[in-house]
Amino acid sequence: MSGLTITDKILRRASGHDDLKHGQIVTCNVDLALLLDSGGPRRIWPRLKELNTGVWDPDKIVLCTDHFVPAVDAASAAILKLTREFAEEFGIRNFFDMQGIGHILLAEKGLLQPGMFAVGGDSHSSMGGAFGCYMSGFGAIEMTGVTVTGEIWVPVPETIRINWRGQFGPGVSAKDIMLKLCRELGMNNGGKVLEFGGDTVRAMDMQERGTLCNMAAEIGAETGIVEPDQITLEALRAGGVEPAADALEWASDAGACYSDTYNFDAAELTPQIAAPHSPANSGVVDDYRGVKIDQAYVGSCVGAKHSDLHMLATVLKGNKVKSGTRLLVAPASAKAMREAAADGTLATITEAGAIMLPTGCGACAALGAGVLADDEVCISTTNRNFRGRMGSNEASVYLGSPYSVAAAAVAGEIVDPRDFLPGAGGDA
Amino acid sequence: MSGKAWVFGDGVNTDVMAPGLYFKESMDVMAAHCLEAIDPEFASNVQPGDIVVGGDNFGVGSAREQAAMAFAYHKVDAILARSFGRIFYRNALNFGVPVLVFPQYDEINKGDTLSVDPVAGTIENITQGKSYTVEPLPGFLLDMINAGGLMPWLHRRLQEKG
Repeated sequence: MSGLTITDKILRRASGHDDLKHGQIVTCNVDLALLLDSGGPRRIWPRLKELNTGVWDPDKIVLCTDHFVPAVDAASAAILKLTREFAEEFGIRNFFDMQGIGHILLAEKGLLQPGMFAVGGDSHSSMGGAFGCYMSGFGAIEMTGVTVTGEIWVPVPETIRINWRGQFGPGVSAKDIMLKLCRELGMNNGGKVLEFGGDTVRAMDMQERGTLCNMAAEIGAETGIVEPDQITLEALRAGGVEPAADALEWASDAGACYSDTYNFDAAELTPQIAAPHSPANSGVVDDYRGVKIDQAYVGSCVGAKHSDLHMLATVLKGNKVKSGTRLLVAPASAKAMREAAADGTLATITEAGAIMLPTGCGACAALGAGVLADDEVCISTTNRNFRGRMGSNEASVYLGSPYSVAAAAVAGEIVDPRDFLPGAGGDA
Repeated sequence: MSGKAWVFGDGVNTDVMAPGLYFKESMDVMAAHCLEAIDPEFASNVQPGDIVVGGDNFGVGSAREQAAMAFAYHKVDAILARSFGRIFYRNALNFGVPVLVFPQYDEINKGDTLSVDPVAGTIENITQGKSYTVEPLPGFLLDMINAGGLMPWLHRRLQEKG
């Protein structure tokens, strides 16, 4: 038979079956489960009490507070208090309180190893695939099942291979790849895994790879994955973890069986924008040039990592946020904030007139500061722009890369970010 | 059992089923705002036993279980759609809400009276006098669905293990 993908290999190990067929439903043992304050203890603990049971393995659970931080009212304060009590009650050593968005913390703390089978109680758990593990998102009810049994069923997915080759031009990044793929692949790809490869992906740091895998959720895939390489191993060591000796053996065979293979040229990619109210409603930035904006938002797991803040600062340097427009920035983790402060990125962002918001999921899902009123228009580095997602049902949200959001903040309207970058091929 | 059809289009997402603005509220409040952005009448007029019909990728979006719970809360008998968002599909089954892939979803009109048997995979449109056969629920999961969802199934499993 033809060769196996990295996903085939991980599911064989996690299920203990070596004869899996695509589409077959199989039960896997979970190596790591990410619980968040949103769908974690507040929803799981009452069910554990109802079942009169505890957690299967506290050392395989990672718990983070990110959706409701910091508390803005008594209800969110109560959710956070309960989350802390859960960590104490069940002895969850990997509990990170208000340190950043869970998907980011997994990467920063070196908690994901290539070949792992991991689950998370949030759709963007696919982001973990950047480390060459199979990590997928599930609802709190199923995370309850995992918390009790350490097992979960999955349909053995087919893999779509997506190759990007060549170098990005200035002002283009992984986010533009994903907005383009949302349009070209659509958002309905259940039963499929997106495997990203090619020299463009190999050249990316782990944060940009995270952007690719994060938005596999928007493509509707089971998850996204990138085969591990030296950059993966270096990131693990930076997190204080020595990679497993077999880490680089987790790779797809040369003759691996893919359901589809796509090949793209990164040099031809231009900045992409998704218009309301779907990430798949995307096009080249020129299609939306001149749309006036009230708010520019830089936040979320996909759009406020240290690398994203750096892209933001590249455009903002020497510029000011347009009068009448507000630029809100919620770094994805405390570490991203520290790094941005240390390397001057934060100074550039604040000197341009940005308002810094607390680390956390924030306005991305209308849970924190920065929500929108009726008829307001926002351009955002987040991953979703469904109606009502960031507040009012009558607000409009455009999605773009940190370059595009920064440029719109300066211009007060959607423009080509390459106009602000020296040596870029914009119209200016 | 039969109920009235509520018909929706493509890509109905979890943010409109369970809006983030009400995320900290009880299920009573969340369910009252279910789908208000696209059909303000749904939450106040849906009756126990009614059937929800959608197009492509019904439940696309986040992992929030309140999206699926809202339909369980309203005691919707079944959800039929051309295709489903993957997490929503799983959540619905785990709450004991039958979800069936139904390619002919666009033949259903709002208000049609439907009768659905999720185990046999049969759908009857009583208003139009039409019958359909669809893929029944996955056999692997029937045990859990027949138990009433994941919680009763977990309860049984824990009891069996002593």
